[in-house]
Amino acid sequence: MNALYLAFAYLRYHWARSLVLTLVAALILFVPVATQILLSTSERALIARGNATPLLLGSRGSQLDLMMAALYFSDERPEPVPMREVEAIWDSGLGIPIPVHAAFSSSGFRIVGTSLDYFDFRALDLSEGRGLSILGDAVIGATVASTLGKGVGDALVSSPENLFDLDGVYPLEMPIVGVLAPTNSPDDDAIFVDLKTAWVIQGIGHGHEDVVTAAQVAAGSEAVSNAAVVQYQRITEDNIESFHFHGSQDNFPTSAVIVVPNDTRAGTILKGRYLDGENPTQLIEPASVIQGLVDRIFRIKSLLDVVTTIIAIAAFAAIGLAVFLSYRLRAKEIATAVKLGAKRGMVLRLLSAETFTLLSLSTMIAAIGAAIVARNAEAWVGWLLSLGA
Amino acid sequence: MINVQNLTFRYSATSFQLRVPEFSLDDNERVAIVGPSGSGKTTLLNLIAGILTPDEGAIDVDGTNVSALSDVQRRRFRASTIGFVFQDFALLDYLSARQNILYPYRITPALTLTSEARERAEALAVSCGIGDKLDRHPSALSQGEQQRVAICRALVTQPKLILSDEATGNLDPDSKARILDLLFEQASEAGAAFLAVTHDHELLPRFGRVLDFAQFRQEATA
Repeated sequence: MNALYLAFAYLRYHWARSLVLTLVAALILFVPVATQILLSTSERALIARGNATPLLLGSRGSQLDLMMAALYFSDERPEPVPMREVEAIWDSGLGIPIPVHAAFSSSGFRIVGTSLDYFDFRALDLSEGRGLSILGDAVIGATVASTLGKGVGDALVSSPENLFDLDGVYPLEMPIVGVLAPTNSPDDDAIFVDLKTAWVIQGIGHGHEDVVTAAQVAAGSEAVSNAAVVQYQRITEDNIESFHFHGSQDNFPTSAVIVVPNDTRAGTILKGRYLDGENPTQLIEPASVIQGLVDRIFRIKSLLDVVTTIIAIAAFAAIGLAVFLSYRLRAKEIATAVKLGAKRGMVLRLLSAETFTLLSLSTMIAAIGAAIVARNAEAWVGWLLSLGA
Repeated sequence: MINVQNLTFRYSATSFQLRVPEFSLDDNERVAIVGPSGSGKTTLLNLIAGILTPDEGAIDVDGTNVSALSDVQRRRFRASTIGFVFQDFALLDYLSARQNILYPYRITPALTLTSEARERAEALAVSCGIGDKLDRHPSALSQGEQQRVAICRALVTQPKLILSDEATGNLDPDSKARILDLLFEQASEAGAAFLAVTHDHELLPRFGRVLDFAQFRQEATA
């Protein structure tokens, strides 16, 4: 107790030096632990998203790009697949296809055109408002709501893809009808709309005034081609009837299709159907693609571990040197203690108590930091992953 | 209090050799040791305190043959029987004056820090004129005040022998006399014998006896 008392008195008196040593030691302890927690959480989050998505259908090409676009709504733009592929899955009766069209964005967040099945499939709950029901509705993720400060009753405008693309992709104003509860997944960073709304944004569907019907033309209406026809930028109760699509829906695009097979057998059959390398579409298992990605990341992590270990050894050596020099400076104090009859080993005990106190404080700070990281790891990892997207 | 017989000591790495055929100090006696630098004055203090052990001879302090004790016993004996006052005060900068006075209780199991010890420390500080400065650190005290703290530290354990190694060496002339008087007064109140090494010949008349150390130093023969 006496050694601890003296140690604490020394550390308190030399508080600046003690603070620096404590914080440095705390950082050395905290950084590897925090990195480990975040990496483990990232691994779990990545794999969980992959495991929760049994199969993914998309254009043949980079499997990683396809997966990143459909699962994490990243900037990758895989070639779209036609909607007839969705119909083919329906017709097979082997599973449920959920189209994911993530080609546009608004205020920096990805607009995801999908079907209502997506919300059931991902078990997404609303914290506010209602789900998608009519053309133009938007349901936003929790991060979108908090970042943009928007909620039910507000509106979002899709970003034009290209200023010079006069042919299509006009900004569409979408009323927010619902806000999703946070999930710490990429869904928090997405703006969900009905697939048809996404097609409207893309210019495949539109609504405009002064539409002349075929019957009116037959009746002798003097309809002429008119570039001044006003095209609606907002879908309202008054103009929703005028919205329509040109062409066959079978050819309409979607970025990818999540396929939920009825059972393992159905999944195996479906995978077999897309094995042909000549087939322009592919059916992938996101879990195995993610596992490959994670394995690669963790090979880099082992290198990071080595670097961290070397830095930690160097930092602890520096701390050891500082402590040693501090002990040298206290040689006179040690000599005084000996003259006053200090028991054998008392000096060593005193110095050990100081080191123990320093390391205890450092460990405590590092542990508190690690606990904070562990508690918020899922949210932070979700945010970090969305940064990557 | 002290009885030294046929004491011989030499440092192994040097030609220095100390030889004291006989030396004694009575209870309550005040003796000054003078002599040129390197004559072995401080070495004698360290031998009496059991910090060094003699090559030959016997050192008896308060009825205990110090040279026959083990290292642990010598440390305990030193802590409980001897009070040290140093030229450089040897106070710890990170402890307050009160904590410095009670420092011996923190470093050895031979002494137990009790409420009586705390009260004694307080009373000593008041009698030395630093009662209102007990919470200050050494850096906030004058040199005279620092030496008073060191004196309180030497006396708080109620030692039977006080060893002083140039205790007034760093003080101005006025302070020297005051501090020495204080040391004598406190040692007298505590009933302790007083053995002091000093270079200051002006102070010698205040001592009961003076021992010139030049006679004891010898060059070692190979």
